[in-house]
Amino acid sequence: MESALPTLAAASRALAAGTVSSLELTRACLQRIARLNPEINAFITIDEEGALQAAREADARIARKEHTPLTGIPLAIKDIFCTQGLRTTCASAMLANFIPPYESTVTGRLRTAGAVLLGKTNMDEFAMGSSNETSHFGPVRNPWDLDRTPGGSSGGSAAAMAAGMCLGALGTDTGGSIRQPAALTGITGLKPTYGRVSRFGMIAFASSLDQAGPMTRTVEDAALLLQVMAGHDPLDATSIDAPVPDYAAALPCDLRDVRIGIPEEYFGNGLNHEIRAAIEAVQEVYRELGATLVPISLPMTGHAIPTYYIIAPAEASSNLARYDGIRFGHRADQPKDLRDLYCRTRAEGFGPEVKRRIMLGTYVLSSGYYDAYYRKAQQVRRLIAEDFSTAFAKHRLTAILTPTSPETAFLLGEKNQDPVSMYLSDIDTINVNLAGLPAISLPCGLDARGLPIGFQLIGRPLDEPAILATGHAFQQATRWHAHTPPGVTP
Amino acid sequence: MSTDFETVIGLEIHTQLLTRSKIFCGCPNRFGAAPNTQICPVCAAFPGVLPVLNRAVLDMAIRTGLAVNGQIRLRNEFARKNYFYPDLPAGYQISQFELPIVEHGELIIEPEGAPSRRIGITRIHMEVDAGKNLHEGIQGASWVDLNRTGTPLLEIVSEPDLRSAAEAGAYLKKLRSIVRYLEVCDGNMEEGSFRCDANVSVRPRGAERFGTRAEVKNLNSIRNVMRAIEYEAQRQIDLIESGGKVVQETRLWDANQNLTRSMRGKEEAHDYRYFPEPDLPPVVIAPERIAAIRATMPELPDAKARRFRDTLGLSEYDAGVLTASHELAGYFEATLAGAAPADAKSVANWVTGDLLGRINKEGLEITASPVPAQALGALIAMIQENVISGKIAKTVFALLWEQGGGDPRRIVAEKGLNQVTDQGAIEAEVDRILALHPEKIAQYQAGKSQLLGFFVGEIMKATRGKANPGVVNELLKNRLQTS
Repeated sequence: MESALPTLAAASRALAAGTVSSLELTRACLQRIARLNPEINAFITIDEEGALQAAREADARIARKEHTPLTGIPLAIKDIFCTQGLRTTCASAMLANFIPPYESTVTGRLRTAGAVLLGKTNMDEFAMGSSNETSHFGPVRNPWDLDRTPGGSSGGSAAAMAAGMCLGALGTDTGGSIRQPAALTGITGLKPTYGRVSRFGMIAFASSLDQAGPMTRTVEDAALLLQVMAGHDPLDATSIDAPVPDYAAALPCDLRDVRIGIPEEYFGNGLNHEIRAAIEAVQEVYRELGATLVPISLPMTGHAIPTYYIIAPAEASSNLARYDGIRFGHRADQPKDLRDLYCRTRAEGFGPEVKRRIMLGTYVLSSGYYDAYYRKAQQVRRLIAEDFSTAFAKHRLTAILTPTSPETAFLLGEKNQDPVSMYLSDIDTINVNLAGLPAISLPCGLDARGLPIGFQLIGRPLDEPAILATGHAFQQATRWHAHTPPGVTP
Repeated sequence: MSTDFETVIGLEIHTQLLTRSKIFCGCPNRFGAAPNTQICPVCAAFPGVLPVLNRAVLDMAIRTGLAVNGQIRLRNEFARKNYFYPDLPAGYQISQFELPIVEHGELIIEPEGAPSRRIGITRIHMEVDAGKNLHEGIQGASWVDLNRTGTPLLEIVSEPDLRSAAEAGAYLKKLRSIVRYLEVCDGNMEEGSFRCDANVSVRPRGAERFGTRAEVKNLNSIRNVMRAIEYEAQRQIDLIESGGKVVQETRLWDANQNLTRSMRGKEEAHDYRYFPEPDLPPVVIAPERIAAIRATMPELPDAKARRFRDTLGLSEYDAGVLTASHELAGYFEATLAGAAPADAKSVANWVTGDLLGRINKEGLEITASPVPAQALGALIAMIQENVISGKIAKTVFALLWEQGGGDPRRIVAEKGLNQVTDQGAIEAEVDRILALHPEKIAQYQAGKSQLLGFFVGEIMKATRGKANPGVVNELLKNRLQTS
């Protein structure tokens, strides 16, 4: 059903015009959260007081005409971003009571722009999962079908967007954690180029892959959020020191110059036929808009999942060593000695998927296994990146078009006993993280059950403007982004 | 020590760098503050925080690499060394592993009474120091002080090229002198800013293969390093000769009991699971940067000693003594600058003789000398200008020492110590002394020429050392011939 929840861009224009106040928008979001969250479980922490205070300040700022496009916009923040003075859990028992004394660069920039932070959204524990079922705070339910997962790990942000609890949300994407839930909940989700957005204050899962990005109703909204999030940060040595283009200005474009690659490896037998049909329809739309579609091959595609499940757990096993019960977070009661403190703190504080990945990562880095696993995976990772750069150069492509997920939203409990089948949920997104490229997922249909289908546009490094513009053209020509879950009304 | 065995030693040195801030955050790199007052979320490894490399650390690593003639890796990388310990908040130490910043360096050592030797430096890498666990205070509890966390270190690893405790001592002294010249480290072993671990093994002389080594830790002075190496080598020789086998292990030096004892064996050794640090991009150094650093390198001990020998005409020995430390060399050069028209040789004599004698006797550092280089220079200049004699100069030097400096020219003027060069006044004194000793004059003229010294001594005594000895000598010779 098309019901057109408000977009961030429209709300921003209304705020500037004075036809609505931030307090009204914020209250509406808080009311919807109060009504729907008990069932959907999209939020771990709701900061009503902070949000209302920020809304009042935003209204005053708008009255003074000192606002930005984000001033007064209510946003949902994945609970992986440290927020000063506001509990940040990473959906783990380990950090259930952790209140950071510092602010992540991304949320700091949003606050400075005047955005209203409604609260912290649910996610897979330490962003490790594809269904939001590994959260210490319970699974998130998909507003399209409450028996189904919204995907993960940014499932709370995706569900909050789909249910209209906010006008924009922040996610993070290590192997597809923004794009897969965006596809499964019918919203738009952008993973920027690695290094485009600062990771400072974003709790690390796999440092060389993690990247924050916007989850929104439309591509235009994603452009507005990215504009504030992106840019070099002296506190993050891996952030890219390159000028930030005007993303919104780049949106209108003529697709007659655009060449879109269609990689055969993403359309194999495992692909659900409804998704295949939906993606073919997307290609048709682009053809009609004047774009050139180019069949291409990315031969390394099949190596992505094993490569990722060596590199990401290796980094995670080291990144999560700091949770030792000594300085912050969970600490075991009455430890006998140091070893007991470490063992019980970590046994009690981490859930099973986190432990599985710490063990995997510890194993692949161990002396005697490093060359066979970690070093080999780094070599394959380089080849995967070359695969993309070769295809982009050889075919002079603007973007590469693929499904975002091989399936639509699956049932809660369907895969969580089978880690490998769960890992395969990210088969269409993981390559992009390994190559560090930007990619966006957009809604493009509904399956027979009425569940959203998404497609992905992958761009060249730092060429967010191209995939945003290409995605925007699709949303100008179609209405899939305006569909909302049954029962969710403006 | 048995002559059948050869000792093989490699040293690993950790130098604490004298940067203003820590290696990966903006906290001050300072010691002695109350526990956990010099820290931030990066030091304490809070969730989500990231390290950012302090460029001053990089420059110091390059300087040190150039000073030991090492190759600077234009693309080097940090790596994580993973292990759990309370003083290591992240659960990993950021260090360098496969691609260190410096490789293939060398140091020429000159052990006392032995030929000089080239000692290879395998690598120098940048890394971060850990905090400290404190075990005092509450029973059954330990505390963690993270102030030291984030202190930049350079680890300097030698090849197993050293063959004796004396060579190890010479290597340490040389390296410490270089880091002090470079002003990258204060070189203080007692306070732990220059720490040394020694890998010691023995093998039958002539054997090609190295023996099994033990790593000896807790060495807080050069003397202790040398004693520990001697002890450890002998322990291993005794063990082998009695049919035992050396095991690879870490041993702690006990300076009170003069022995090493086992700390942990290989079976308990950590698997550090090194991998490239994903939070820090590879360090890429432009050749221009190395050139710029090379252009600002100070003159190092070997080059300085060469110049002291070749240009200033000092002896090999004096040049070596005066360049052993950056501070002493600086003192000498400042003294020399103020001593004109005196030559370098006489300045070197004063510095290595009277000054260092007194400094060593009182157990002081040259930097704490009560006599400033300027004052000593002025004093030496006065001798050369015949304002005072060498003997009077020693008196003035003692005065300068006691009052902790001052202007020697004023002291000489105030105390009336000016040398008497007035021919007439000295003549009168010569005549008076000669009149008192007619029999000695007869003996002198009969051929007992050594009596000249007697007359000179008497005249100097009478003039309280102020008579110019050259003038006295000349006048005496004239008088004794003619009378």
